[in-house]
Amino acid sequence: MPSLPPTPSHTVGPFYGYALPFPGGGDIAPAGHPDALTLHGYVYDGAGEPVPDAIVEFWQAGPDGSLAGAPGSMRRDPVTGGFLGRNGVDFTGFGRVPTDADGHYTVRTLPPGAPSPVPYISVCVFARGLTHHLFTRAYLADGPDALLASLAPERRATLIALPEPDRDRTHRFDIRLQGEEETVFLDFG
Amino acid sequence: MTPPPPLTQSDIDGEIAGIRTGYEKARAAGAPAAHHPPRDFPPYRSSLLRHPKQPLVAVDGDPEAVELSGPVFGHTDVTELDHDLTRQHAGRSARRAHHRLRAAARQRGPAERGQLVELWQANASGRYAHQRDQHPAPLDPNFTGVGRVLTGDDGSYSFTTIKPGAYPWRNHENAWRPAHIHFSLFGSAFTQRLVTQMYFPGDPLFAYDPILQSVTDEAARARLVAAYDHSLSRPEQSLGYRWDIVLDGPSATWIEEGR
Ligand SMILES: [Fe+3]
Repeated sequence: MPSLPPTPSHTVGPFYGYALPFPGGGDIAPAGHPDALTLHGYVYDGAGEPVPDAIVEFWQAGPDGSLAGAPGSMRRDPVTGGFLGRNGVDFTGFGRVPTDADGHYTVRTLPPGAPSPVPYISVCVFARGLTHHLFTRAYLADGPDALLASLAPERRATLIALPEPDRDRTHRFDIRLQGEEETVFLDFG
Repeated sequence: MTPPPPLTQSDIDGEIAGIRTGYEKARAAGAPAAHHPPRDFPPYRSSLLRHPKQPLVAVDGDPEAVELSGPVFGHTDVTELDHDLTRQHAGRSARRAHHRLRAAARQRGPAERGQLVELWQANASGRYAHQRDQHPAPLDPNFTGVGRVLTGDDGSYSFTTIKPGAYPWRNHENAWRPAHIHFSLFGSAFTQRLVTQMYFPGDPLFAYDPILQSVTDEAARARLVAAYDHSLSRPEQSLGYRWDIVLDGPSATWIEEGR
C-alpha cells in the first residue's frame, strides 16, 4: 500500500478554550478512589514565564497495566447535549486540561500498572506558538528504564514527577518548553 | 527610548521568503521533504519563546511504549447534533451559505474507523465564542462553532457548518488570518495525535499568513486546503468541500489488525 504524505500540523491557537476542554477532563480517577493520585505543575516558556494558554493531554495504562482504555472520557447527555462526566466505573486512561491563568494544570488519576517497569504517564502539550505538539513523559518514580537511562542526569530529572513531601499522594511535574532545565521532549518517528 | 517601529507585513514576508529559500536550497542538496512546520518559525512570533532548543529524544523500537496505543472514544462521547454546527441552537446562524465538509481521516493508507474528530472555528464575522477574542465583530447567538464526530467504517467524517470569516490578530501590523477551521484528530495510537487547520481554496490571504506559511514545503501546504466538490453540494442547502486527513506517526496495531 503506498504511503501517503501526512497532513501537516498547525498550532492549536489561543481560542480552543470553548471547544477542547470538557468538564471532568482532569478527573481520570473515579471520585473518591482510595488509590487516586494528583499530578500537577506549571508550563513555562523560554523566559520562565508561565504559559496560561496551553492545553495538556494525558494517556496512560490502567492500574492493571491495560492499555485498552475505554470510551466515555467526554460522556454526554443525549437529552441536553451536555457533559455528564465519566461513568465512575471504566478507566478511560485519557485526560485533557487547559492551563489556568497562572499556567498551572492538575489531573487526578490512578497509578499506571505494568507493562513498563517504571510507571509513567504520557503527556502531550499544545499551545499558541507551538506549530507542532510536544510529547513528554511524567515518570512517577525514578528507576531502570531505557529512555531514562539514555539521558544525562540533569535532563533525566526533567521527566521525574517528584512526590511532594507535604502533600499526600501528590506529584509535581513542571513542563519547560525552552531554556534552562528544558523538559525532554520525545520523537516517536 | 523610542519604541521600535511596528513590524510590517513586508518584514514578515521577507523573513518567510528567506526561510523558504533556505529550505529549497536544502531540498536541492538532497534533504528530505519537511511534512510539518519547524517548531522554531520566527515570522510566527509566538513560536520564539515556546520551541525547545534541545533536539527531541527519539523513542523508537520500544514495542512497550505506552504511546503506541491511545485513548478510545465511542458513541457515548458524541451526540447527534455535534456534527451539524448549524443546528445546535434554536435559530439560524448568520451565514452566506452552509458548507458541508466531507472527507476521510486515514493513517498513511488504511482508514481510521471510529476515531474522534473535533473541530472549532470562528463565526461568519470572524469572531470566536471566546472571552479573550477582542476582535470587534459580533458574536452570533445561533452559532457556537464546536463540532465532534466519530469516523465511519471507511474512515470518513462529515460536518455541516458555515464558512468562518477572516479575522485580524496581533502578530504584526495589519495581520489577518485566512478563513480556517481548527481540527483535532486521534488515531489508533497517541503518537498519531494531530491538531491542525483546514483552509478554503483560493483565499487571497494565504501568502500573508505566517501560520500557514510555517509549513515551508509547498506540497505539504497544499494538503491543508480543502477542495470544492460539486457532488457534495446540496441544492438550495450547502456547498460541499472535501478534505482528506492523513495521520502521521507509528502505530503498533494497524498491521496486526490487517486493516
Ligand atoms: Fe483560528
